[in-house]
Amino acid sequence: MRKFLFSLSAPVGAFVLTLVISSIALWAFGSNPFAAYGDMLGHASKLETQVDILNRATPLYISAVAAAIGFRMNLFNIGVEGQYLFAFLIAAQVGSLVSLPAVLHIPLIMIVAMATGAFYAGIAGVLKVTRGVNEVISTIMLNSIAVAGLIAWLQQRWQAEQEEFTSTTLGTNPIDESGLIPHINGIVEIFTREIGQGKELTGVLLVAICVGVAYHLLLTRMRFGFDLRASGLNPFAARAGGVPPKRMIVAAMVLSGAVAGLIGLVELSEKGKFPPNAIQGLGFAGIAVALLGRNHPGGMVFSALLFAFLDVSAGILQNTEAATKEIVNIMQGIVLLAAVVAYGISKRFQEREEARETAEALRAEQGVMA
Amino acid sequence: MKALNDLPAWIRWPLYALAGIMLLTLVQTFFSDTERLTQVSTSREMLRWAVPIFLAGLGGLFSERAGVVNIGLEGMLILGMWFGAWGSINYGPWIGLLIGVLGGALGGLLHAVATVTFNVDHIISGVAINILAPAITRYLSDELWASPTTSPSTETPDKIDLLFLGGGNIGEWESPDLLLSIAEREWWFISDVSQLLRGLVTNVHWVSIMALALVPVTTWLIWRTRFGLRLRIAGENPGAGATQGIDIIRYKYLGVIISGGLAGLGGAFISTELSGLFQGGNSAGRGFIGLAALIFGNWRPGGVLVGALLFGYVFGLDLKDLDGTASHALLLVNTVILAGVGAWALTKRRTTDAILAGLLGVGAFVWWISAETVPDWWSNILPYVLVLLVLVFFSQRLRMPAALGQPFRKGET
Repeated sequence: MRKFLFSLSAPVGAFVLTLVISSIALWAFGSNPFAAYGDMLGHASKLETQVDILNRATPLYISAVAAAIGFRMNLFNIGVEGQYLFAFLIAAQVGSLVSLPAVLHIPLIMIVAMATGAFYAGIAGVLKVTRGVNEVISTIMLNSIAVAGLIAWLQQRWQAEQEEFTSTTLGTNPIDESGLIPHINGIVEIFTREIGQGKELTGVLLVAICVGVAYHLLLTRMRFGFDLRASGLNPFAARAGGVPPKRMIVAAMVLSGAVAGLIGLVELSEKGKFPPNAIQGLGFAGIAVALLGRNHPGGMVFSALLFAFLDVSAGILQNTEAATKEIVNIMQGIVLLAAVVAYGISKRFQEREEARETAEALRAEQGVMA
Repeated sequence: MKALNDLPAWIRWPLYALAGIMLLTLVQTFFSDTERLTQVSTSREMLRWAVPIFLAGLGGLFSERAGVVNIGLEGMLILGMWFGAWGSINYGPWIGLLIGVLGGALGGLLHAVATVTFNVDHIISGVAINILAPAITRYLSDELWASPTTSPSTETPDKIDLLFLGGGNIGEWESPDLLLSIAEREWWFISDVSQLLRGLVTNVHWVSIMALALVPVTTWLIWRTRFGLRLRIAGENPGAGATQGIDIIRYKYLGVIISGGLAGLGGAFISTELSGLFQGGNSAGRGFIGLAALIFGNWRPGGVLVGALLFGYVFGLDLKDLDGTASHALLLVNTVILAGVGAWALTKRRTTDAILAGLLGVGAFVWWISAETVPDWWSNILPYVLVLLVLVFFSQRLRMPAALGQPFRKGET
C-alpha cells in the first residue's frame, strides 16, 4: 500500500505543479485561471465532449504504445510521426483500389498499414545494427523524408491519374464503405442516452483496446517481451543470457512501426481516404503520452485521456474566451517535463529507501549474531 | 593519401574544398545547363543556411563534450527564434540577438536541471523540451502578437562587405573588390572559386562572422584552457575528475547552458535574418541537423563547420533552384562522390561500404541520365537524405566522449 501511494506521488506532484505554473501563465496575461478550468471541466462533463475526447485519445494511445515498445529497450523511435503518415497514405491507396466484403477489406487495410509502418521503422533498425547510425537522428530524418518527400510525391502522382480534378477529390481516391471501421455509438448508447450533435465514437477504439491488451500480454506473458525488457534494463546481462541484441533492436523497431501504422485508421475510417490535410503531430504527442504514462499499458490510458481532454478543451476555451487556447499546449508540455523529473526524483528516493532497509536488516542480523 | 593526411587540418580542408569546387565546375561545364552550382548567390545562401545549423551543432559540442546528450537543441533553437524575434521587435537588432541567446540558455538550464541534478534520461528530457518549447512560443505569440505562429517582421543588424576581398568601405573610402575582378575575368575554374568565395565575404551578417570565428575560439577553449580540460573530463571520465576535486556538476551545467545559448543564437539568426520574422515550424529540424553535423564532425568544431556548410549548400541550392536543373546536376556530382567513397572503401577492404556506395551511385547516375530535371519534392528532402547517407558511411569511424549519456552522481564512481 505504501509503495502504491509512493508511486502515485510523482504524477500527482507533476499535475499540481502544472496547475500552478499554467495558472501563473494565465494570470500573467490577464485571464482568470479558475474560470478557464471551470469551463474546461464543465465542457468535459457532456457526453458529446466525452466522445470527442475518446476519439482523440484513441490514436494517441496507439501512438504511445508504438513509442513505448521502443522505449522499453532504450530504443528511441522518434519516427512514429513519419511511420504513421506514410502507412496511412499507402493503406488508403491500397484500400481504394480493391472492393471486398468488410470482413476481408478492413483486415487488408490494417495489414497494409502495419506492414508499411513496420517497413519504414525497420529501415532505422537495420541502419542502427549494420551501420551504427543513431536511431534518434535517423528516425527524425526519415520523418522529414516521409512527410516532405514520399507523401508529397505519391500524392502528386496519384492525383495526376484522377480523371476529374476538383478540390473535393484532393487526397487519395475514396475507399468503399466496406473498408471503413464503423462507429460504435450503438454499443455506448446501451449504457447512456443517445449521442447527439452527430458525433460518432470511432470503432478504432476497440482496436486500441486490443493493442493495449496485446502490449500488456507481450510484456508479462511472452518470451519476446521478457527479452525486450531485459535488453532495456541491462543489455550486457541480456546478451550474456542469450538474447541476440541486434535481432532484438530490429524486431523492436519493426513491431513499434507496425503499431504506429494503426494510428491513421481513426482518420481513415472517418474521412474514407487520405485527406490532403491529414492530422499531423500524433506521433510526437504519442511519445509524450508514453513518457507520461511510464510506458505502462494502464498508465498510458490515463495520460492519453489527459492529453485528449486538454486538446479537446482548446475548442471550448476559444469559444468562451476565458483564456487563449494555446494554454493547453503549455499544460501538456509542463506536465510532461514535470512528470519525467518527478519520476527521476521518486526513483532516487526509492533507491535510498531500499538501501536504508537493507542496511537496517543487515544491522539487525549482525546484532543477533553478536 | 598518406601525404595528404599528414598535412595540418587548415591546409587539408581548403584542399578538399578546392577539389569539390573543381568537381562542381567540371559537371557544370560539360554536362549541365545550370550555372547555379558555383554562383555567388549559392554560396551566400549556403552560409546563411549553414550558420544556424553550425551554431546548433557547436552547442551540441559543448553539451556532449561535458557528457550530456542534447536532443533538446531543436527546442532551444525554437526558444531562441521566439525570444530573438521578440527582443528584436522591442529593443532593436543587437539586443534581440542577446535575448535570443538568453532564451536558448534558459532551455539549456532546464535540460541541465533535469539531466544533471535529477538524472533524468538525457533523451527523454530532450524530447520533453522539444515538446514544451514550441508550446511556450505558441502561447506567447498568441498573447502578444494575436497569432500562435507568426510575429511582425523583425530587425537585423546591417550586413557588411569585407575589406579588399569584398569591396567593403572604411568611412567614405571604398576598398578594391579583388574577388569581383577575378570573377569578372571568367577564367575557367578560378572565376568559379572566386564567385563562391565572394558569397562568403560580401553582404555578410555579423553573426556569420562571429560563427566562423567561433571555430578557432572553441578549439582553443576546449583543448588549450583549464576550462576545456575540465569540461572534457566531465564527459570522458567524470568519476576520475571528481577525485581530483573538480566540481563535475558545475561543468556539466556550464556545458549545457552554453549549448542552449549557442542554439538560441542560431534560432535568433533564423527569425531575424533568414526569415525576417518568427514563424512556427521555421526551425525545419535544424537543431537535429546540427546534431548530425556534430556527429559528422566527430565532436570537433572544424568538423561541425564542414558538416554545416555541406548541409547548408544543399539547402541554399534548393532555395534558388526553382526549375530543378541545379538539383539535377547535383545528381551527377553525387554519382562521382559515391564512386569516390566506393573506391576509398575498396582500398580499406570494406566491401559492404563499397557495394552500398556503388549501388547508390548507379541509382543516382541512372536517374541523372533518364531525366532532364528533378521534381521539387526531391530537392526538399535532399538535405535529410544527405544527413542519412553521411551517417551511414561515417558513423563507425567516429569517437564520441566516453561517458556521453551516462548519469553522474556526486560520491559515486
